[in-house]
Amino acid sequence: MKKQIPILITATVGTVLVLSVFFPPAKMLGEDFSLFFDIIAVFAFFLGGGNLVRVHFIKVYRRKSDWVYSVVTLVGFTMMLASGLFKLGGPPGISGSVTADGSYLNTMFIHIIAPLSSTMYALLAFFVASASYRAFRAKNREATILLIAAFVILLGRTPLGMMATGWVWESLSIFQIPNLAVWVMNVPNLAGQRSILIGVGLGVVAMSLRLILGMDRTYLGGDND
Amino acid sequence: MKIKIIALMAMLLLLASVGWGQEEAAIDSTVQEVIPPGPPLNLKAFDKPYDNGHAIDLTWDLSVDDGAGRNNIIEYRLMRADSPEGPFVERKKLEMGKTEAEDKGVKEPDDPNYFPREHDFYYKVVAVTADAEAESEVVGPVRGIGQWYNAGKNPVAVAVVLFTVFTIYFIFKAKKGAELYIRPLAGIDAVDEAIGRATEMGKPILYVLGLGTAADIATIASFTILSRVAQKVAEYQTSLIVPCYDPIVMTIAQETVKASYYSAGRPDAYNQDSVFFVTNQQFAYVGGVNGIMLRDRPATNFYLGKFYAESLIMAETGAVAGSIQIAGTDEVTQIPFFVVACDYTLIGEELYAASAYLGREPVLLGTLKAQDYAKALVIICCIIGFIAASFGWTWFVEQFHVGN
Repeated sequence: MKKQIPILITATVGTVLVLSVFFPPAKMLGEDFSLFFDIIAVFAFFLGGGNLVRVHFIKVYRRKSDWVYSVVTLVGFTMMLASGLFKLGGPPGISGSVTADGSYLNTMFIHIIAPLSSTMYALLAFFVASASYRAFRAKNREATILLIAAFVILLGRTPLGMMATGWVWESLSIFQIPNLAVWVMNVPNLAGQRSILIGVGLGVVAMSLRLILGMDRTYLGGDND
Repeated sequence: MKIKIIALMAMLLLLASVGWGQEEAAIDSTVQEVIPPGPPLNLKAFDKPYDNGHAIDLTWDLSVDDGAGRNNIIEYRLMRADSPEGPFVERKKLEMGKTEAEDKGVKEPDDPNYFPREHDFYYKVVAVTADAEAESEVVGPVRGIGQWYNAGKNPVAVAVVLFTVFTIYFIFKAKKGAELYIRPLAGIDAVDEAIGRATEMGKPILYVLGLGTAADIATIASFTILSRVAQKVAEYQTSLIVPCYDPIVMTIAQETVKASYYSAGRPDAYNQDSVFFVTNQQFAYVGGVNGIMLRDRPATNFYLGKFYAESLIMAETGAVAGSIQIAGTDEVTQIPFFVVACDYTLIGEELYAASAYLGREPVLLGTLKAQDYAKALVIICCIIGFIAASFGWTWFVEQFHVGN
């Protein structure tokens, strides 16, 4: 019973969502089912918060390795929670927005979380460089093709590409590096991406069919028993 | 001195001419008549095809002053009324140059955007300039009529039916004992080897489910692989770390890992805290996971699910930490990053296929085989379409056109 009811719900909702694509009267029902998911997701945040506090509290309490980081996490969590719940620094009352200018929550978000997130994102530039270095070493035929394609794209996106090959005659303009870069992006690259997308589309249909028909039950937290 | 006087006089003349010009313009503006623009022409309104009856489609020809003539149209306004006399209510503003619009509403009567089905409506379109307006003729009555079936989706319906038939056929074939050849997936074959390595090194295994929610197919596929990994981990008595981005995903992952430990016969080894929630802020999550990688130095990292900009940051950190890395995602833009930074990568649908591949059950293998045949069919259609389009035979290509 523990598994049959969820399978029944999955099959019903899945079938309705598929039918809503083909039968307009079922379209609204499909949208309603999507709303149910959002409602459930809101409640799940209590689970997330509870788990975070429990895991880090145990770590601090038992003085496990690197427990100091857990203290930072718990302090940060408490500060954000308190400033949001009690609307510290912001307009009071139920209608007062927690994200209003001057509220502690907004201030902490803008001055702490946003810069930290940007910092993490900025690391991507350095990781792209290190990953490119590894990928573009011409170890074999594939890596050499990758290196040449990357070189063309890099050069094609800079003024240097036009400067280097701008003299090529109009009738052979495809061999100008900027045009070559556009060709690489629009033809081989797009063809590869589309083939992956077609595969993904078929895979999604196959996976959905397995879920709707109850063949794959791992999402219920168990094996296909 | 002479030069200065000449310059002064020139400036005075210039100022006088400007003042005179302004005066003339002021006189002109008082007498200038406001000329209305040309109205939109040939307005047509008709029921939106293949919908649930809560929308009307409209088309018209541009005003003569839109893109030509005085070229002073700013926007169009779509107006609707219950009778030809009005009152007309504005439904939509449209940019200049537009010749079509959809007036769509909802079925709920208490909603401000309520659009009753099978109710007579009258429409007009107003061309607007900075200082004048011109109305099209009123058209109507027109009513939204609901259709039971969306014939515009016929190609999709045919594809779904065909695929379902393939799947059922191969499931029955597999159940009868036929040997179905499934192409090897290097990434999945490496799973056991990677877990064995972690066991030998006495280091943990990190399993990242990505940023997807439990509603994403990639995340659901990842649960299946997690189940298999957790079972092996339980058998080999290695430790597993599963940091989660989404609380629902965390709950399902906890249940999945727990069930795997039970089926491996080692319920005592299950640690609930091995699957935990980190945060649902993208880069804060990356910071948390990277911290785990650099502190705990896991022997093996799995990145299976939905990934975005964080894919390379995590995979590169894992490479720096010296871990064996197996990745898989259906996000096309992230696949190259994983290919570069990881040892094995499941590309696109291979992630979904992994669950069937690992299970080796006839029912699941049947869907995998059907998928392969469907792909072959798509390739054949692409080749025929390419030839047909090259020779101008549009009929074949048009059969694949999908409506709204």
